[in-house]
Amino acid sequence: MSALLDIEDLEVMFGGRSAAVRGASLQVEKGETHCLVGESGCGKSVTALSIMNLLARGGRRSAKRMSFAGTDLLSLSDREMARLRGNRISMIFQEPMTSLNPAFTIGSQMAEVLTRHKGGSRTAALERAVELMGRVGITAPEMRLGQFPHQLSGGLRQRVMIAMALMCDPELLVADEPTTALDVTVQAQILRLLATLKRELGLAILLITHDLGIVARVADRVSVMYAGEVVERAPTAELFRSPQHPYTRGLLSCVPVPGRVQRDRPLGSIPGVVPAIGPGFAGCAFRSRCSHADASCEREIPRRQAGSAHDYLCRLAPQFSEPQPA
Amino acid sequence: MLLLIARRLGLGLLVALTVMTLAFMLTRLSGDLAISIAGPSATQADVEIIRKAYGLDRPLYVQFFSWVGRAMVGDFGQSYFFKDSVSNLIAKRLPITLTLGLVGLSLALIISIPLGILAAVRENTWLDRGVTMFTMVGQAIPSFWLALILMIVLGLNLGILPISGTGTWQHFVMPGIVLAFTAIPALTRLTRSGMIEAMASDYIRTARAKGLSRARIIFKHALRNAAIPVVSIAAVQLGFMLGGSIVIETVFALHGVGYLGWESIAKNDFPVVQAVVLVLAAIYIGLTLLSDILNALLDPRLRTG
Repeated sequence: MSALLDIEDLEVMFGGRSAAVRGASLQVEKGETHCLVGESGCGKSVTALSIMNLLARGGRRSAKRMSFAGTDLLSLSDREMARLRGNRISMIFQEPMTSLNPAFTIGSQMAEVLTRHKGGSRTAALERAVELMGRVGITAPEMRLGQFPHQLSGGLRQRVMIAMALMCDPELLVADEPTTALDVTVQAQILRLLATLKRELGLAILLITHDLGIVARVADRVSVMYAGEVVERAPTAELFRSPQHPYTRGLLSCVPVPGRVQRDRPLGSIPGVVPAIGPGFAGCAFRSRCSHADASCEREIPRRQAGSAHDYLCRLAPQFSEPQPA
Repeated sequence: MLLLIARRLGLGLLVALTVMTLAFMLTRLSGDLAISIAGPSATQADVEIIRKAYGLDRPLYVQFFSWVGRAMVGDFGQSYFFKDSVSNLIAKRLPITLTLGLVGLSLALIISIPLGILAAVRENTWLDRGVTMFTMVGQAIPSFWLALILMIVLGLNLGILPISGTGTWQHFVMPGIVLAFTAIPALTRLTRSGMIEAMASDYIRTARAKGLSRARIIFKHALRNAAIPVVSIAAVQLGFMLGGSIVIETVFALHGVGYLGWESIAKNDFPVVQAVVLVLAAIYIGLTLLSDILNALLDPRLRTG
């Protein structure tokens, strides 16, 4: 089984000093919604950007393997990568308000994706834009073609971004916190939309989020990221049922789950903050915040299996303590 | 859009009126005009005759309104010195100044915009630093000095360009270069900073995520946004160039409006001075209006204003 997107041991460095991503591994299968979760600063967005080769100046990526549908992304030239972006891999961002160019109409910004990658006339591209805007639930799509971004609300702009990302029928959509900047009702609409698109178009989605509620709603599989590493990977239901890594457990104990949280008992929290990881760091990055940590956590940590599609990065054996209170 | 233009036009008219008032007041404040016209050897009686003849004995406000009234229909009176109507004088001199200004601005834009873009996309390289250095030196060089150096090198030593006069198009090359140099540093730096800001923006990240070519990202998506402040400043710079071309017109003996203004100030030919100030102000107002319209075309957010 070869995944659509297969990343192994991704490392991203900024300016040669700090490592934002330290050996992250991630597989996204065809047609699945894969969530990458973790708190702020753990390297989720950097991982997404490095897939697209869109890292800010000074960012350098390297990996043991980084392939998309059998193509080695690391060996592609800038020009070849540009041919892939917006075409077979699309990306949407956290900031719908500023992600569209204020100086051009929606129609022109959408049409240029199709004409760039698939050729054809502008008229045909505009027709496609109208069709997709209708599909993502934008009312009066013909009217939007001539409108400018500042005339649209945040939710509409994010829908435009999504429609624009779909122009060339991509196989993978990388969505970097697409709903964080939107209010809750719009957030729910966008998530439903992404789920529908995935089902109807067979689109694989790599959804980056810090919101476990979103994960529970839309994800097929989850990768949990901490301090630049993927510390646990599992199918969604399994991850919520039997989380293995202490960090994942901590995360889950912070969210109220109906039927699981008891009245009058405080929600959990993880003490401390994500540590700064310098070069030459070894062992488990979570050990300074982990109640199970001992001296052996400073050594190389094995990746343990907790099921056929479930693994985690911790020296502790599966089910090392009482399961979460049910 | 029409509302915007109408509003800016109204504003322009008010500015023109203010300039008229100021030009009038300042020429009156510079001393008794009758005495200076009559000259140092005139008797008191001569001065009185001149005062009467030029209508300077009337109350100030009468003089002002009669001047404004006639200026509205394009009659700026007679020059005291040139024995010609002021309107004729300006009509003859204006094309020279406008040619010079346009040559200067075109040169400035042709040089500074590519230079600014280049510096921005190669930010923090030796090329970028070189451009920044060039703009700093350019800003520090006085235009009369550059004019003299060019005259010596291109005119006298190499003999490839004429050093003064307005006979052929070659006469406009050197003044044009000098004039362009007054605007190049500011325009280059503005283009550079605008492009750097645009290239770091979210919509450029989107453009890259869409897989657009580098040329399209730079010249379509980034430049369109970086151009907005450049257009505003370029219009103001052209105004400066036309007004500030006094120095250059003098050095190169180009008989344009600037030179006319300089001559008439020296000779106390105040109808001409007032008219020159007014014409330059009108050009300024026109340019500002033009830049507002261009900006509204470039930036849709301004169109509703």
